[in-house]
Amino acid sequence: MEDLLQYLFSGISIGSVYAVVAIGLSMLYRSTELINFAHGEFAMFGAMGLVTLWGQFKLPLPLAFVLTVAGVSMVGILFERFAIRPIKDPHPISLVIITVGASIVFRGVAMVVWGKDPVALPSFSSHGSIEIAGAVIVPQSLYIVAAALVLAGSLHLFFRYTLQGKAMTACAVNKKAAWLTGIPSARMGLFAVLISSGSGAIAGIFIAPVTMNTYDMGTMLGLKGFCAAMIGGLGSLWGAFAGGLLLGILECFGAGLISSGCKDAIAFVLLLLILYLCPGGLFAQKQADRF
Amino acid sequence: MSIKTLVQLFIAITLCITPLSTVAAKSVYKIGGIFSSTGRASFLGDPEKRTMEMMVDRINANGGIDGHLLEAVIYDSEGDPAKAVSAVNKLIHRDKVLAIIGPSTTPTTLAVVNFVERAKMPLISCAAGINITTPVKPWVFKTAQSDRLAVQGLYAHMQAKSVKTVGIITVSNSFGESGKEQLISLAKEYGITIVAKESFGAKDTDTTAQLTKLKKASPDALICWGTNPGPAVVAKNAQQLKIDIPLYQSHGVASPKFIALAGDSAEGIVLPTGKILVMDQLLDDDPQKQILQDYKAMYSAGKAGAVSGFGGYAHDAMTILAEALKGSNGDKQQIRDNLETLENHVGVTGRYSFSPEDHNGLSASAFVMVEIKNKTWNLLGR
Repeated sequence: MEDLLQYLFSGISIGSVYAVVAIGLSMLYRSTELINFAHGEFAMFGAMGLVTLWGQFKLPLPLAFVLTVAGVSMVGILFERFAIRPIKDPHPISLVIITVGASIVFRGVAMVVWGKDPVALPSFSSHGSIEIAGAVIVPQSLYIVAAALVLAGSLHLFFRYTLQGKAMTACAVNKKAAWLTGIPSARMGLFAVLISSGSGAIAGIFIAPVTMNTYDMGTMLGLKGFCAAMIGGLGSLWGAFAGGLLLGILECFGAGLISSGCKDAIAFVLLLLILYLCPGGLFAQKQADRF
Repeated sequence: MSIKTLVQLFIAITLCITPLSTVAAKSVYKIGGIFSSTGRASFLGDPEKRTMEMMVDRINANGGIDGHLLEAVIYDSEGDPAKAVSAVNKLIHRDKVLAIIGPSTTPTTLAVVNFVERAKMPLISCAAGINITTPVKPWVFKTAQSDRLAVQGLYAHMQAKSVKTVGIITVSNSFGESGKEQLISLAKEYGITIVAKESFGAKDTDTTAQLTKLKKASPDALICWGTNPGPAVVAKNAQQLKIDIPLYQSHGVASPKFIALAGDSAEGIVLPTGKILVMDQLLDDDPQKQILQDYKAMYSAGKAGAVSGFGGYAHDAMTILAEALKGSNGDKQQIRDNLETLENHVGVTGRYSFSPEDHNGLSASAFVMVEIKNKTWNLLGR
């Protein structure tokens, strides 16, 4: 019993990482229908930014947080302006390939800037691990869950209640019609990438203390985040959150109850099963009323 | 005189003069090097390449070998077996070297083994994999310690501490798989039973599920076998789960980086390592101590960064090759025979005694046990 609870907690720790990455990915898809395979690299930039500003320069955590998010958002803007927007015929396939290319460039840049050695960061607070009924969870994992909840919640409110958010949704539904009603669709696209890269940075910042930070950590984050978003239904913010936690918990129960050698295999088989039974993901609404 | 005659005369004179100017020095011994000096395994290849260059300079400054100066031809394999193969072919057919040092990793070494065997070219690899020299291949030698020796050192230590049952957690790559094989095959010999086997991915951020499972099996000790950063995650997680079973690590984490990554959770961890990490704590009568300190002094003088055991593999390969080149007259068969009969050659890594059955030549004494205390390495008595 005690170890089942521990597997659940371990699953939440791992799953929260996937969830917080998946939210930014899902959000960008919702507003631009673009799947950004460089999203994991934005999270990596967030983590490495925190390593530099908080770990090395010893800036106060809130300041380091703001500067990192701002910096990564800037990278996001440049990425949109110089890699996404100049495409004359924005076919989904060519856009996806561009994001894959961008992820390789980002990784290369990070390798030159930060080197190849992994770096560890201390937790945000100095609390020891929390023990509940013999099972243990680290406070940082709870912070990640909280960050993911706040991120999903505020994005949800943003899309539902602000003019800006509604305009972005309108652009995603029909770009031309949105343009006819006077919505500057190009600026909305830029705005969507800005928010997405910023939330990627936030994900990276919260993840940094629980993982070993290297230039190539984004690949794994991006892939697992993408899986999480798929399970939850691409485009759904809460789906991304739930999908991430579910993937993490499946991995841990697979490792704990069956075999740690094939924990990824177990998780992915279940993922395939879920997508087979409900192709749009767990939280996908019908195509017609997705927005 | 026509122009043609002039040219002929000029050539004739040049031909006469050239041997005169080099009559003092004998022909140059060309030796090849293949290291992964860039790419994923550059932490191995880069210090090895630098070490080989320094060693060649040092040998040449001392007058070379039997009056022959050395010339090193070094290629970068980038850790890619295909590039290692093309480098080995260049060395054999174009550069016509006498012997080759490297490659740096087990996959690149295994890729070139057939080529050097066919060309009858002596090769001294700097990689650790046990299947490089088991079974023995006539022309292939290696200087790095096999995992088997590390496991022997670790198990001997555990036996002294009367550890009877262990749980193992290994990384799912070639290093972890090879370690796991040796841990399982040697356990019986030391009266140790493996009660639980788990694994983790090289990039996993959390291993608490595996550790919970190991804890449930309640072994006397835990052994983690991997290279950074995974084992640091294991150490951190074990601390978070408040597991009070002693944790042992492999020589794969024997670098200051591990202590930096694992922080407080590294305290009290015991692991086998080469002597280079604790050279100053060695007894003065240890024959390796002087060689280690000399190597460190030479490496530091080259401004190539902190000294590591990896460069030591190339150091030992060079001193062994220099020994074998003596009296060989540049004959490859003779070099090979000299290598195979080399005995009690003390290097940075350990004491080498090659034989037709053993082309690694090291014994378990190449490893010492250290404990991490106050963020530094403490040599444990054997």
